[in-house]
Amino acid sequence: MNTVPEDIKLTRKDFVSDQDVRWCPGCGNNAILAQMQKMLPELGVPREKIVMISGIGCSSRFPYYMNTYGVHSIHGRAPTLAMGLKCARPELQVWVITGDGDGLAIGGNHFSHALRRNVDINILLFNNQVYGLTKGQYSPTSPLGAKTQSSPDGSIENPVNTIGVAIGSEASFIARTVDVFQKHMSGVLKRAAEHRGAALVEIAQNCIIFNDGAWAHLSDPDKRLENVLYLEHGKPMRFGKKGEKGIRLNGFTPEVVEVAEVGEDQLLVHDERASEPTLAYFLSRMGPPHFPTPLGVFRAIDKPVYSELLMQQVRTAQAQRPPDLDALFRQGETWVVS
Amino acid sequence: MSSRTREELQQVTVLFCGDSGDGMQLSGTQLSTTSAVYGNDVSTLPDYPPEIRAPAGSLAGVSAFQVHFAGHKIHTPGDNPDVLVAMNPASLRVNLPRLKPGGVVISDRDMFSERNLAKADYATNPLDDPALGSTYCLHPVPISSLTLKALEAVDLKHTAKRRCKNFFALGLVYWLYARPLEQSLAWISNKFAGHPLVAEANRRALQAGYHYGETSEAFAVQWSVPRAPVEAGSYRMINGNEAMALGLVTAARLAQKALVYSSYPITPASEVLHHLSRWKHLDVRSIQAEDEIAAMGSTIGAAYGGAFAVTGTSGPGVCLKSEAINLAIMLELPLVIFNVQRGGPSTGLPTKTEQADLLQALFGRNGESPIPVLAPDSPADCFAVAIEAFRIAVRHTTPVFILSEGYLANSSEPWRIPSLHDIPTIEVQHPVEARGFQPYSRDASTLARPWLLPGTPGMEYRMGGLEKHPGSGSVSYAPQDHEAMCRLRADKVQRVAAFLPEIEVNGPEQAALLVLGWGGSYGAVATAVQRTQDKGLAVAHVHLRHLNPFPSELGEILSRYDRVLIPELNDGQLALLIRARYLVDTVSFSKLQGQPFTITEIETRIEELLS
Repeated sequence: MNTVPEDIKLTRKDFVSDQDVRWCPGCGNNAILAQMQKMLPELGVPREKIVMISGIGCSSRFPYYMNTYGVHSIHGRAPTLAMGLKCARPELQVWVITGDGDGLAIGGNHFSHALRRNVDINILLFNNQVYGLTKGQYSPTSPLGAKTQSSPDGSIENPVNTIGVAIGSEASFIARTVDVFQKHMSGVLKRAAEHRGAALVEIAQNCIIFNDGAWAHLSDPDKRLENVLYLEHGKPMRFGKKGEKGIRLNGFTPEVVEVAEVGEDQLLVHDERASEPTLAYFLSRMGPPHFPTPLGVFRAIDKPVYSELLMQQVRTAQAQRPPDLDALFRQGETWVVS
Repeated sequence: MSSRTREELQQVTVLFCGDSGDGMQLSGTQLSTTSAVYGNDVSTLPDYPPEIRAPAGSLAGVSAFQVHFAGHKIHTPGDNPDVLVAMNPASLRVNLPRLKPGGVVISDRDMFSERNLAKADYATNPLDDPALGSTYCLHPVPISSLTLKALEAVDLKHTAKRRCKNFFALGLVYWLYARPLEQSLAWISNKFAGHPLVAEANRRALQAGYHYGETSEAFAVQWSVPRAPVEAGSYRMINGNEAMALGLVTAARLAQKALVYSSYPITPASEVLHHLSRWKHLDVRSIQAEDEIAAMGSTIGAAYGGAFAVTGTSGPGVCLKSEAINLAIMLELPLVIFNVQRGGPSTGLPTKTEQADLLQALFGRNGESPIPVLAPDSPADCFAVAIEAFRIAVRHTTPVFILSEGYLANSSEPWRIPSLHDIPTIEVQHPVEARGFQPYSRDASTLARPWLLPGTPGMEYRMGGLEKHPGSGSVSYAPQDHEAMCRLRADKVQRVAAFLPEIEVNGPEQAALLVLGWGGSYGAVATAVQRTQDKGLAVAHVHLRHLNPFPSELGEILSRYDRVLIPELNDGQLALLIRARYLVDTVSFSKLQGQPFTITEIETRIEELLS
């Protein structure tokens, strides 16, 4: 990919489009937008080489506000457009912006297959556990019992685990961050951008109108350190105000322990590059009420990349066989009438 | 030998049929190639069951291949066969009703065991039925045992030898119609180059069949079919799916573009994916998508990126794609969607043909959703239509629909191999001048919008499925903007008509009857009209290649005839359009049997209307 010449440094402003942002004041999307606009100049990728593709929903308005190329497509199908675009133009940096309804309900099939194929795209899934644009119905990530416009007596559906779906889809990069954690999000987004292959970032995002406080246990500064496990590759898994707690494996079950009691060498050590997703799976199951919620990179492995393999096959074929259309016309038995 | 007579025929139709594993498709293609190379005009149609291997010997497992060859120009695989090669009781039961009275039956007597007869619901052996023998010219030949005997000296297993019986049957038909063996002998040597014993066995079986015809007293007549006058050039046999695949890759080469083909496997369109996935050396990038919607979505993504993008499917697949097709219409991106129509609704008749998706192509989406629609009229014509579809898509920045048919996809005819230099290139422009550009500005004559590519500095713009302000393309819900955009999109598609060639009227410019056809019924309609014209009837034929927009002069042409007969393999869809558009009281001739029209059916209808 071409990089921006040193003397033309892009800034956040270069990525702000002329459209008025129409999300609700206080919506978590505003924070995500700000971080993307701040992070992208750091990549050194020219603005015209970046494409944002979204589906339908609040999150999917995102491309309109980014001064890059952008397509606001149809519900759930953004990964399919992204795949086609990458096959036509492998040199472009393609981002898919989706939500829990767009990506996991109507577009669940494409979400899973884009990750499985390892198309070189970055998928940002804004998870607010509710349908916002259609005014407050439960989503595939809403908890059992959630009272919403369409579940007045409480949702009777078991929620899906975003990270678990990504693991099951054999994703090569899986991460999670929170809309209001500016620095953390910036780091995770940058890692996603730099990953070869499909990168999934689940962003815990607050819908201030229909599901306010869904992620309060993470965003509340007083509770944060108790409830968040920051994942760092090669580091033991510690959390709590002073890092006094840790995660240990007891048989096949993770458990929360006091580090002072068991000693740090008893703790699980994070390995985002593990070839098997076992550890990532343990982490994907953690959350309230008994565990902290892991944030950061769950998994980042090297795997063959669909769009690269496709172009390799094309180049190999081109090296082996001249681009002779006439020879193709004459395949099989031919005869001449004079 | 001396007692034999030789007679000349102008045309012959042979139907090979047998169990799915009997190799009848191969016998059929061999006879068609041999006849084409000999100099006849040829048209073929395979007819096979949707099951990969239905139970052996069952009625459901019958596979057939019809070959029509003639000493003059022909347009169809023939109505009713003159010769039926039936390799087992089930195939005889299924196909005998189609044989012409007095036609020749060649049957493998060895396969008419009690067990096989029972599977075909025969209480007694039909080959011993005197009534059958008096209606048809019956030749029960012990094909299986004669094949084994001919291969005694070949060191192969019994089962491998039995597999050669299709070549024995073919050899017998070759003798019957004085066909040269060279083409098939060469094919066998080439095909089984790595298996010399198999090659030898098939060669011997072919020759044994031929010699059987020569020496058996049962065959009193040998027929010949003279060469047809054919335009000079290089030829090959081609079916509609391969012609489509070749047309698509040719279109991309004419524009020096990569071809991105994204598709989900579906009968009868999958063959196009098989072809294109083997042509990467021509920068074909094929995607097997996870579903029909993804195939359409990735086609849009590829077109947005500047590739020649196309997706292919059949009717049920179009249902799934329709929301995304509308996005392509909204984004005004050049791309092609082809539908190899099959019998519907729902899963319907996956391997049988129909023309019942015309209204779906025109109207099967939400909102006002105009799209150009083209239909090829013969297998080889799929090549030309694929190129024309891309030409229109690029010139007018619009998705374009091609309505192929199962019948066209599977049937074969000789194709005069074109010279690339004779096909005009496809001009593509991508603006790079960023100053003052507007993503939804319009070309004054076509109303096309610029095909702007991501990656172009200074033109970063956003677009989507939401309604737009004309010009800037910014989201707009303003009432006048929506109306303006709806009318722009409609007008843009209507303006395709200005680029269409003039309609060819075959027959009198004014008459009692016009037969108006479209798509794959061309062969049957053209031949039927020709025959009735030869009988002195006042009838003309117009065949529509462009279903949307219609050619500008169509209304005026229709007004010159007292009546307009519209034969279609649907319940009157073109008839409905013609009535609505031109207030012409059409006579609809509808057929819904999963089979193409026969010439006789249309001929009879014309005569009824004019009597």
